[in-house]
Amino acid sequence: MIARHLADYLEASAARCPERNAVVDSKGSVTYSELNRQADALAAFLVSRGVKRGDRVGVVLPKSIQAVVALFGIMKAGAAFVPVDYTAPAERGRRILTDCQISALVVDGRCLGVIPEQDQAGTTLATVVVVGAFSNATAPASPMTSFEAAVERSDGRGGPTGPPVGARRTADLAYILYTSGSTGMPKGVMLTHENALSFVEWCSSVFEPTESDRFSSHAPFHFDLSVLDIYVPIKHGASVFLISEELGKNPKDLARFIASNRLTVWYSTPSILMLLLQFATLDAREVPDLRLVLFAGEVFPVKHLREVQRRWPSPTYYNLYGPTETNVCTFAKIPSTIPDERDVPYPIGFACSHCASLVLDEDGREVEAGKEGLLYISGPSVFGGYWNRPSENAAAFIDRSGVRWYNTGDLVRWDSAQGFIYAGRKDRMVKRRGYRIELGEIERALYLHPRLREVAVISVPDADSGVKVVAFFSCHEGDAPSIIELKTFCASKLPAYMSPDRFIVERRLPRTSTDKVDYQALKAAALPPAVV
Amino acid sequence: MNDVKETIRQFILSAHLAGESPDNLKDDTPLQSSGILDSLATLGLISFVEQQFHIELDVYDTSVERFDRIQDIAASVVRKRAVGALPS
Repeated sequence: MIARHLADYLEASAARCPERNAVVDSKGSVTYSELNRQADALAAFLVSRGVKRGDRVGVVLPKSIQAVVALFGIMKAGAAFVPVDYTAPAERGRRILTDCQISALVVDGRCLGVIPEQDQAGTTLATVVVVGAFSNATAPASPMTSFEAAVERSDGRGGPTGPPVGARRTADLAYILYTSGSTGMPKGVMLTHENALSFVEWCSSVFEPTESDRFSSHAPFHFDLSVLDIYVPIKHGASVFLISEELGKNPKDLARFIASNRLTVWYSTPSILMLLLQFATLDAREVPDLRLVLFAGEVFPVKHLREVQRRWPSPTYYNLYGPTETNVCTFAKIPSTIPDERDVPYPIGFACSHCASLVLDEDGREVEAGKEGLLYISGPSVFGGYWNRPSENAAAFIDRSGVRWYNTGDLVRWDSAQGFIYAGRKDRMVKRRGYRIELGEIERALYLHPRLREVAVISVPDADSGVKVVAFFSCHEGDAPSIIELKTFCASKLPAYMSPDRFIVERRLPRTSTDKVDYQALKAAALPPAVV
Repeated sequence: MNDVKETIRQFILSAHLAGESPDNLKDDTPLQSSGILDSLATLGLISFVEQQFHIELDVYDTSVERFDRIQDIAASVVRKRAVGALPS
């Protein structure tokens, strides 16, 4: 079968291995046939309420079987899902869902604060499907339905059966993933079925999954690592083990979870593997079936990678690289024994077979091997553009001989033996625990504090955590807010991973001769004094 | 009890609140629920408390309700140490 739509994977596996467990969460498991049935029922329900092909539908749920039903149900209805971090402040989620003009929402009963307000025309959502208990006191104007009612057996309801009919096109939008935006507003990366399918097919050819694989799903669904976690196992009739947000934060329990569920494929950021290393006992005897350890999202300091490999020596390790905009586009296989003397991180490697790569300087000229340049990627996994951001779309792509290339913004060097070596960035995007952070988004949030007059946020390298985020600020007349107050303020405006590590108050921020904030001077001030 | 609270307070101030006046970090200042400590910082604090006071904390001790204020953390430490000191 050639899949043309992500839901094709689920339907094919439901036909081939209906009774096999598709998804396991903290409360139970669901078979392929039941997952497919619930997704069909939800799709039929959404269509019956007016959701149309091309619509966007928000998903604000903890990681759960219901969340996976929601993703497939929305796609089967012809719409694109927009996953939002349910642990982040509701205001941020509301801005995202307002930005992409969702027509319906599947939401946890505790998160109703994310529901967008009515627009100026008074339009409300076609439907809000609520998982779990909710209070009517907080109910919005939109009609609410419980998740159970929306996915109940259609034969008991007399409603339509089976998935809604209609052409499925690979060029249709499958989902929008919001990443940090430099102006303060998160930006929506639009990904089509084709974008995801080409990446999933590449995973199939390289990692050779089978029905007996047991995949971890550590990343939240709004994070692009989840694309591999969900669709690769579902394509192959394997099982996905969802790791809840709570479990993900507790390394000792997480290590026990990996062992007791006999996971065969692990995929996460290096930060999570380092957390396991630091706070849990990783014992090879407990993970005899683990055959693949995949990591992505940030540089893995080699001393920690070596230590993980010492504790878990039998799996094969891969470094996967790729911004949300391209899916994974380069990869490197890590040698089975990392030499003791190696201290530089492993490269991001060679372009995947579904991608082409190019390294250009700032003037668009090709850069010779060994010299630093910007990495450009083209191919079927590269996104179509940012939702409703025409100027950023124009800046993101270049055209060379009729081929559209995406500028990753990442600086690399080419080495014929190792492939691409990651060399950093020139803009103000940093990676922290695998998450992308635009420092400008933190500045915008801090500027909302009434007592702050100037704000400048910088990042400095840190031996332990990779990077530390430091916020400099000056205040209007009167006492400066305490650091505790600023941390609490950030927690009310930003996801936890964006909160600065340090706050430093200045009478006024240093300026350059053109009266711009002197970020270089601030960086120098934030770095620890050099050891002489 | 006061020694325990002071040790925990100094650790949080130096590890996560550089530059903060010690008076602002009170015994009842919420740590996790306020966003002062994120999940990673909380793990670091659990590890520090276990090593510093030679105790082991379980899931119950480290739930947000029981590990959100210096006074509650210190109470857990004192209780655990008392249990550990009993003749077996």
